[in-house]
Amino acid sequence: MTADIAAILAIDGIATGAVYALVAIGTVLIFTVTRVIFIPFGDIAAFTALTLAALDAKQLPGTVGLVVVLACMACAMEVVSLARTGELRAVPKAVFGYLVLPLIVVGIVWLTMRFNPPMPVRLVLALLLIMPISPLLDRIVFRPIADASVLLLLTVSVALHFALVGLGLLFFGPEGVRTEPLTSMAIEIAGVHVSGQTVLILTAALVFSGLLFLFFDFTLIGKALRATALNRTGARLMGIRPARAGTIAYLLGSLMAGVSGILIAPVNTIFYDSGFLLGLKAFVGAIVGGMASYPGAALGAFGVGIIESFASFQSSTLKDVIVFSLLIPILLWRSFASQHSEEEVEE
Amino acid sequence: MTQMFSIENVSVAYGKVEAVRNVSLSVEEGQIVTVIGPNGAGKTTLLMAAIGLLKSTGRMFFQGADLARIDVEGRVERGLCLVPEKRELFADMSVADNLLLGTYSLRDRSTTRKSLDDVFDRFPRLKERSKQAAGTLSGGERQMLALGRALMAKPKLLVLDEPSLGLAPLIVREIFRTIASLRSLGVSVLLVEQNARAALETADYGYVLETGEIIQSGSADTLIHDPKLIAAYLGGH
Repeated sequence: MTADIAAILAIDGIATGAVYALVAIGTVLIFTVTRVIFIPFGDIAAFTALTLAALDAKQLPGTVGLVVVLACMACAMEVVSLARTGELRAVPKAVFGYLVLPLIVVGIVWLTMRFNPPMPVRLVLALLLIMPISPLLDRIVFRPIADASVLLLLTVSVALHFALVGLGLLFFGPEGVRTEPLTSMAIEIAGVHVSGQTVLILTAALVFSGLLFLFFDFTLIGKALRATALNRTGARLMGIRPARAGTIAYLLGSLMAGVSGILIAPVNTIFYDSGFLLGLKAFVGAIVGGMASYPGAALGAFGVGIIESFASFQSSTLKDVIVFSLLIPILLWRSFASQHSEEEVEE
Repeated sequence: MTQMFSIENVSVAYGKVEAVRNVSLSVEEGQIVTVIGPNGAGKTTLLMAAIGLLKSTGRMFFQGADLARIDVEGRVERGLCLVPEKRELFADMSVADNLLLGTYSLRDRSTTRKSLDDVFDRFPRLKERSKQAAGTLSGGERQMLALGRALMAKPKLLVLDEPSLGLAPLIVREIFRTIASLRSLGVSVLLVEQNARAALETADYGYVLETGEIIQSGSADTLIHDPKLIAAYLGGH
């Protein structure tokens, strides 16, 4: 391997890593706030790519149907559970949050579609359409078992992923898509060709993780999310509802996953089931940070991207094997090196 | 005086074991009421039920409203705030952020700045350490932070679980001075303590809880001079 090839592979790896980093940060965010290891996160990224492709082709994306179905289910469940506890006064608010709001989003997309919106608008529409999915899934699947063990939540999360893949096939069909490149520019750094897409991926990863940190540091809601992650009882005593914190975490996480889906779509062909590997590799990155540290997760994700890039050069058939084999030494290192935090002891 | 908070025939069970049996008590507006009793009497359990973290039978009213269908967060929003025995601070966050989170339940946060200054006036140590992570504070400072954080929520009734637990005598005195000063703010206090003497010296009214039941109650003045209580909890002078 020459230095040139190594440089190309490294840049390619960093770009892939940046995409994984966005998903990994979202995974850590949702895990710390809700204790759910949200495996379907990769699916959310893939669905965003499929949504964008449909919007590009001037078709109504399958996401519309998915959101409507999920919104109806979530709303029905919320109303039934409110009726059971006799809190009928909260019903209008629940119907608004779980049914009307998602339908407004669908309506906006449906209306805007008629005016052949330019690319930036389509990007926003795709993100808007994808964001309600995980909070709705949270209400339908995880809210009823919110107090269960982390292991049970993980098991359900894996099952949910398979259900989503099925729904993906139903709503998006079996065809793969590749969206139009977001930019055709290219630059040269020290004699190495860097595509505009790579620059864009890196910039987007930096901007969105930067925004997330600003949100955590400077807004009360951001602080409330961190507080929930650190100490659920303490947060409840401040009046922070874990369920609401969870919804916000899912919304933000979906935004991160959605952005990564948009970034990866012009580079890779995305199918309804492409999300699994993306999510799983981001998960490996998140584990490097102990599922608790955002910089750790991002660093881990970049590591996964770079190793995957070099591995695919050496042996493309074994690249996934090599990446996932990494988990074993990482887990060994983490279990020996890390002290168990207070929260884990309390569980 | 109007009634701030009342508990009527409340029982709390862990499985089949009843930790609190048929307890009734009330706190009038502006009053400091204490519940004293030995370890394992069910004091903390009673408070956990009062804030809604534990399920209980019986009835509870806060400012006339039945609390049966109001969850923990709803009670906090109404001004019923608990400072738990374990403090439950956000260890990795700064002292200032911990205090700010105290205002989460408020609709109107325009007075946050003033509340923060008030807390810093009350506990200058917290101001010195406002940028420090809460987990690095000493025991006394943690208790000050927990109290300060609860005051940020502008509580109407502050429920304190063993505020003096594990603290040096000098700091205990400071904490109790703070509790006594809450009267002038119009905050009612329900105080649970093992340190019976300090609690009765601060409170207006007291209840004695033993093995899950209230065995005695009366004004703090009477209780503190009761020979039986002196023998059991207050020790010699």
